[in-house]
Amino acid sequence: MTSHHDPMSQAAKPLAATFAALAKDGRKALAPFVTAGDPDLDTTLAVLEALDRAGAAVCELGVPYSDPIADGPVIQASYTRALAAGFTLEKFFEMVRKATGRVKMPILAMVSYSIIYRRGIDRFVDDAAAAGLAGLVVPDLPLEESDVLDATCKGASLALVRLVTPTTPPERAAEIARRSTGFLYCVSVAGVTGARTDLPEGLVERVTWLRTKTDVPVLVGFGVSTPEQVKLLSGVADGAIVGSALVRRVGELAAEGPEGVAKGVENWLADLVKAAT
Amino acid sequence: MPSPLSPPLPPGGISQVPDIHGRFGRFGGRYVPETLSAALDQLQAAYDEARSDPSFQAELDQLLAAFVGRPTPLLFAKRLTEYAGGAQIWFKREDLSHTGAHKINNTLGQGLLAMRMGKKRIIAETGAGQHGVATATACARFGLDCVVYMGSEDVRRQEPNVRSMRMMGAEVRPVESGSRTLRDAINEAMRDWMGSVETTHYIIGSVVGPHPFPRIVRDFQSVIGKETLVFCKKELGRDPDCVVACVGGGSNAAGMFYPLVEHKGIRLVGVEAGGRSAKPGDHAASLSYGNAGILHGSLSYVLQDPDGQTADVHSVSAGLDYPGVGPEHAWWHDTKRVEYTSVTDAEALDAFDLVARREGILPALETSHALAWTVKEAARRPKEEVIVVCMSGRGDKDAAEIARLRSLENGGAHA
Ligand SMILES: Cc1ncc(COP(=O)(O)O)c(C=O)c1O
Repeated sequence: MTSHHDPMSQAAKPLAATFAALAKDGRKALAPFVTAGDPDLDTTLAVLEALDRAGAAVCELGVPYSDPIADGPVIQASYTRALAAGFTLEKFFEMVRKATGRVKMPILAMVSYSIIYRRGIDRFVDDAAAAGLAGLVVPDLPLEESDVLDATCKGASLALVRLVTPTTPPERAAEIARRSTGFLYCVSVAGVTGARTDLPEGLVERVTWLRTKTDVPVLVGFGVSTPEQVKLLSGVADGAIVGSALVRRVGELAAEGPEGVAKGVENWLADLVKAAT
Repeated sequence: MPSPLSPPLPPGGISQVPDIHGRFGRFGGRYVPETLSAALDQLQAAYDEARSDPSFQAELDQLLAAFVGRPTPLLFAKRLTEYAGGAQIWFKREDLSHTGAHKINNTLGQGLLAMRMGKKRIIAETGAGQHGVATATACARFGLDCVVYMGSEDVRRQEPNVRSMRMMGAEVRPVESGSRTLRDAINEAMRDWMGSVETTHYIIGSVVGPHPFPRIVRDFQSVIGKETLVFCKKELGRDPDCVVACVGGGSNAAGMFYPLVEHKGIRLVGVEAGGRSAKPGDHAASLSYGNAGILHGSLSYVLQDPDGQTADVHSVSAGLDYPGVGPEHAWWHDTKRVEYTSVTDAEALDAFDLVARREGILPALETSHALAWTVKEAARRPKEEVIVVCMSGRGDKDAAEIARLRSLENGGAHA
């Protein structure tokens, strides 16, 4: 099933409102990624509230998976910790329900298709919608395999955020951009997730081109960790996604308990948010 | 949309799969990060082009003959047949291939493909080490750089193969994550590939992974089944009654079965690792005890918990110690063309001893699973029947580990 893109569809509503508000203020989106359940779900809940206070535009919540091939050592280790600490989908959705009741930023789940498939596509999407998630990012579901989930998400008013990478040929990138709802995730480097120190060559041109191919905002991720990078990206994209650097920070602060982690994360993220103009 | 029920046969019959999306019925497909999509498309195009290029097949055939030593013979296992007291047992001698297992059929084919694509660096995963050795061998022969990922538990239990790989110039990278076995080695190889895909080819070692790997590996391994048919026709004047292979990821079995699936009279049996018991975590029998799920890029039968997290598995055999299985086997399972069963660690170890003593062949522990089932079954079948077992590899690599297990068990009493 293909659909023509409709940025104002129900599916993208909370996200569209968020991006519209940012645009009105002349700001760009700072979108943190955090692993659910690392070191435990209470901490994640506190972190989500902290990110929201710090001014995060949207948040991607990583659902731990035992075999995450797209992720580098930092996120992989956080998934392993979360699973070892007893993460389950039931507890995840329960925590998300609490979080979405307390924060104003839309929350998306970053989740392997292995997990969605096993739970059942309908059931997973129903649970996600009921918990108040704004959408899904499914990093191991390419265009060709995505029709069923796409239709199911539309039916439940969830965005299905798609990813474009440096190895994606232009024609395919245009198609992915056209079909992405909520926003488009532009992966800045080929490779697994992980913080990097500079922006890759050709990124500016690629993002500029992608923005001509879609009506949804284009956010850039993979390897963003400093206010300088955020600043640089804000000049070209609609926002920046910060993943491994934040996950590492949560890991380092873990011993300080939910409030300690939340506080450390809030201050750190606020600096990145400031740079997103 | 794929139907969850047994799907209808494709118009050309059960051998006319996969379709262009890599679907075997509802199984297969390509569930990978976007970063890999272009490389998989490129691989598919290169493979299609190679198949229609007679010089590609000619070069591979020449290597299979002079480098691998093909065709491998079929051997009548006289004293094992006497022991079982029923049907005749024959061995398809993949263990006589260069490097001692069927894995070389695939690595030479994919090595040639890599060169066609202009890729000079090869990565691979390995469990038993046989695929790692076969990859290192092909790379040495072709002058390609080679990195092999291997779970650290497997590095320990398959030490002789680690040494061989290093001698042929391959870098062996032990993997410390997860269960430190085959599944984790595949994860690491895929992660490497995510960052190196433009210059590197990933030679996957079994009929698993995203499309087009299951098809490519099956096709390169199909030489096993084709030779078996030719030999049986020539020497026995007929098809065998039953053909048996062990199933880890499923490549020796797929290579044996695929040319035979349209020969409806032949009973096909795949033997999985039953491990210590049928309890979750104690075995690696995905088709016997698993459910439909996605692992390493394709939809097949997998061992996972209700949340979709991959389960821990166990097998005495490093090459069968894997929580998934190739999607074509899932399809053959659901269409009931192939029977899948399992034997335990203990049964496999006993079969190893039996075949060593009665036939003068040390079989691989993987292969020993197929042998264990075959001996049991042959005893129940009439003497006119012919059972062919795929002797997927030789057991030199396992000798030290078996001696260790036996001495743990018997306080050193076992010879
Ligand atoms: C001798 C031998 N047989 C069988 C296997 C299992 O693999 P597959 O099921 O792909 O043939 C291995 C794997 O390492 C092996 O070394």
